Amino acid sequence: MTNPAFERIESDIKSNPVVLYMKGTPVFPQCGFSARVVQILSHIGVPFKGVNVLEDMEIREGIKAYANWPTIPQLYVNGEFVGGCDIIMEMFQAGELQSMLKDKGIPVSAEA
Amino acid sequence: MQNRAERIRQALEGAFPPAEVQVTDDSHRHEGHAGARPEGETHYSVLVVSPGFAGMNRVARSRAAHAVLEAGFGTGLHALSLRLLTPEEAGRG
Repeated sequence: MTNPAFERIESDIKSNPVVLYMKGTPVFPQCGFSARVVQILSHIGVPFKGVNVLEDMEIREGIKAYANWPTIPQLYVNGEFVGGCDIIMEMFQAGELQSMLKDKGIPVSAEA
Repeated sequence: MQNRAERIRQALEGAFPPAEVQVTDDSHRHEGHAGARPEGETHYSVLVVSPGFAGMNRVARSRAAHAVLEAGFGTGLHALSLRLLTPEEAGRG
């Protein structure tokens, strides 16, 4: 039995280098945890695609099953799940987010 | 009945011994937000320091903690902020 959302998720994360599944949009996040990740990505100057799970119940539930991860937001880089808000925060503070993105060939404009 | 913070603490202590576990109920800071409930017990911050996390990356550590707390999601637990460290990473090694 396959989840119909998985195909759509895979197509999104494979055709966009950086994808953030979030509540709300990058311009108008509707959850503090999503807002924090948007802020970090914007701060380091990484272009990303935001997917608003509040507008799509199938994706909202499907993404949790896809990543085996119970919460939103979820960040994907080159098709791979990186983490949620806590992990992105920790990686950013340690400088690991920036170096991981660079290693994967994603342009990062700010070092800090 | 024990509150949820205490149940979370006990579950994590049991799963990653010997563990130092701190659970903070942040629900009051999310009143009126999506996922909040009038009765609270929806948003928590958790710190677990355990040697059991050595050799596990961040995602693996969180998945292990989620697995322990799985029963709580779906019954009102909305958000869980996790810091999962080894004693060395916590500066206690």
